Amino acid sequence: MTQEGSLPRSGRTEAVGGTAEQASGTVHPGPSRPGADELVQLIDHHGVRHPHGHYDGLVADVDGPALQKLYEDMVVVRRIDAEATALQRQGELALWPPLLGQEAAQIGSGRALRSDDFVFSSYRENAVAYCRGVDLADILRVWRGNASSGWDPYTINMATPQVIIGAQTLHATGYAMGIINDGADAVAVAYFGDGATSQGDVNEAMVFAASYQAPVVFFCQNNHWAISEPVGLQAHVPIARRAPGFGIPSVRVDGNDVLACLAVTREALARARSGGGPTFIEAVTYRMGPHTTADDPTRYRDANELEDWAARDPLARLATLLDSLGLLEADYTDSVKAKADAVAAELRQGCLSMPEPAPSDVFKHVYSTPNSWLDRQQDHYERYLASFSQAPQEGSR
Amino acid sequence: MTTMTFGRAITAGLRRAMDDDPRVILMGEDIGKLGGVFRITDGLQKDFGPHRVLDSPLAEAGIMGTAVGMAYRGYRPVVEIQFDGFIYPAFDQIVCQVAKLHYRTQGAVKMPITIRVPFGGGIGSPEHHSESPEAYFTHTSGLRVVSVSNPQDAYTMIQQAIACDDPVLYFEPKRRYHVKGEVDEAADPASSDLGAARVVTAGSDVTLVTYGPLVSTARDAAIAASDDGISIEVIDLRSLAPIDFATVEASVRKTGRLVITHEAAQSGGLGAEIAASITERCFDYLEHAPVRVTGFDIPYPYSKLEFHHLPDLDRILDGVDRVMRRPNSLSGLDGAPTSEGAAL
Ligand SMILES: Cc1ncc(C[n+]2csc(CCOP(=O)(O)OP(=O)(O)O)c2C)c(N)n1
Repeated sequence: MTQEGSLPRSGRTEAVGGTAEQASGTVHPGPSRPGADELVQLIDHHGVRHPHGHYDGLVADVDGPALQKLYEDMVVVRRIDAEATALQRQGELALWPPLLGQEAAQIGSGRALRSDDFVFSSYRENAVAYCRGVDLADILRVWRGNASSGWDPYTINMATPQVIIGAQTLHATGYAMGIINDGADAVAVAYFGDGATSQGDVNEAMVFAASYQAPVVFFCQNNHWAISEPVGLQAHVPIARRAPGFGIPSVRVDGNDVLACLAVTREALARARSGGGPTFIEAVTYRMGPHTTADDPTRYRDANELEDWAARDPLARLATLLDSLGLLEADYTDSVKAKADAVAAELRQGCLSMPEPAPSDVFKHVYSTPNSWLDRQQDHYERYLASFSQAPQEGSR
Repeated sequence: MTTMTFGRAITAGLRRAMDDDPRVILMGEDIGKLGGVFRITDGLQKDFGPHRVLDSPLAEAGIMGTAVGMAYRGYRPVVEIQFDGFIYPAFDQIVCQVAKLHYRTQGAVKMPITIRVPFGGGIGSPEHHSESPEAYFTHTSGLRVVSVSNPQDAYTMIQQAIACDDPVLYFEPKRRYHVKGEVDEAADPASSDLGAARVVTAGSDVTLVTYGPLVSTARDAAIAASDDGISIEVIDLRSLAPIDFATVEASVRKTGRLVITHEAAQSGGLGAEIAASITERCFDYLEHAPVRVTGFDIPYPYSKLEFHHLPDLDRILDGVDRVMRRPNSLSGLDGAPTSEGAAL
């Protein structure tokens, strides 16, 4: 398969505000690949559906009810995000990384996956976890400080979130190499940010993926910021241009267009399943909230930029489209709201009713079999804790 | 004298070092406009410009490796690692390049790189944000490793680290960034030795050795123990590599008892090195085997349980009771050591 073959030959191209060039202020005379910078878009930010010669075929099955379902997903995950942010503000979570603004990228790609595909994500992909069918409270376990991981990766075929930037791209590639050995047709999907593309791990993952033609999809959410650093500091040309240098076809998609994200991800998955190797997707989106609840974006980000992107909101544009199709009637929106309310209530309840861990839990799972070093430390610590209830009160302590 | 927080004292020290030497360059993630996630470099990019305070791409190996190149070119890079757990991607550059270039080139190439690492736990963070990786670096020859515990040292030692022609890992106990103290900004950093330990409180019964985040806890322990008539000499190592053993040795010869406390895991940790070295040097003076009060040999736990892992006042005092052969958590209630306790 040639690289060009993966690129949209026709269809709508729109310069979305804040591309890599704009963020960096300079355009580097990088290798010019006509088409590589084209942005796949099926629903524009006014909610207008545009036909696309290539990608329409990939979403031909998405009828009215299916579009409504995608909308419901996005409303629900936005609500999960808001509820978790509120829980953090109320002191119930130590920290929370909001995905506000990235719903379309995550739902569009997440809903393209098959249950036997395996996801390796960073910390912000809570909407992807939702698509995988995560138990809601499990999303919060880590952020509440109650556990090192929220779920058993094999129950939802999604690794637990990665904090070390970019490390998961190698894991996804290795998993995909295992899929080849097993003769299976599942796909590994790596989610990461624009900042992550600077890490050696991500670049090494692309080397391995290309060398072994591994069935892996690199899904980069270019949300324009890595904490305070604009994407222009990580890449002087559109990020999608990087992968072809490794021999990996790439595509740029409007990350705020759920239908386009679904389409490009389906294409990448199909290529991987049929032995066509890896694909790199750059979903151009925007982080509307802070990096985490501990961050203050007003120190580094222009309010106008936020306003520009608010006008490209992924939910609003789909609502407009649904409305124009007569699919946004009150009984439908009421049912979506009821679903979001129920999910939020379940999330809150799950958070507040999480059992407190026991002190001896710190010694669990360090090794898979007992170990005399650690047994001794645990024994001594338990005796130490017991000494508080047994010791006669003496002296000042 | 000015009163300032520990964090501000580091900022002031950086500022002064940058004022004094135009070859001092700051590099790291988010250190420019944001002033770093802990705001330690706040305002420095505005005042010194983006060529002296570089917001770097998100790549620790890249930051460290380019700092090596800068140093080759005669600059004195000060690298900020955002959190302790993110130093590992840069590990190869630090231990294979930064640490060894002076040796490899028979002294021709200097690597005056300062690596600032906010480290340690106690702030309720997710994983990789609370680690104590100092022993990996003290095990690597060619690196100097220091840890600061109060605003004055923070201010002075950052300047000493930057002025030092060896690479220095400068570990900042992040849970103490907001603690205030007096800083003499006129103090001449050249007048003291970057490698010298400090006796925090003098005492005659037990030598309690620590550094960084636990220095203030150790001092509190000394105060609490004095109510029980036990006199503790607290030593803040400050330099973890090389260690100022002369100061520790002099103290142990006086007290005959040694307790070492650190947040890092016990096995293969700095406490083991200190216990072994002091046993070799002071065996005839010791009344009890040295005792370590440390983090457990576990990955740093999630925040709801971190206070079990971190040594606190009571655990340190329990260790003191052990070397004093007083009733402790490992002895019978009558004070008689159990065989297990005695085996320690
Ligand atoms: C190796 C490493 N270095 C630094 C960090 C601190 N850090 C956490 S998130 C982040 C920014 C990541 O930006 P990006 O990859 O664009 O993803 P986004 O957060 O925007 O989704 C940084 C620097 C980290 N987690 N891991």
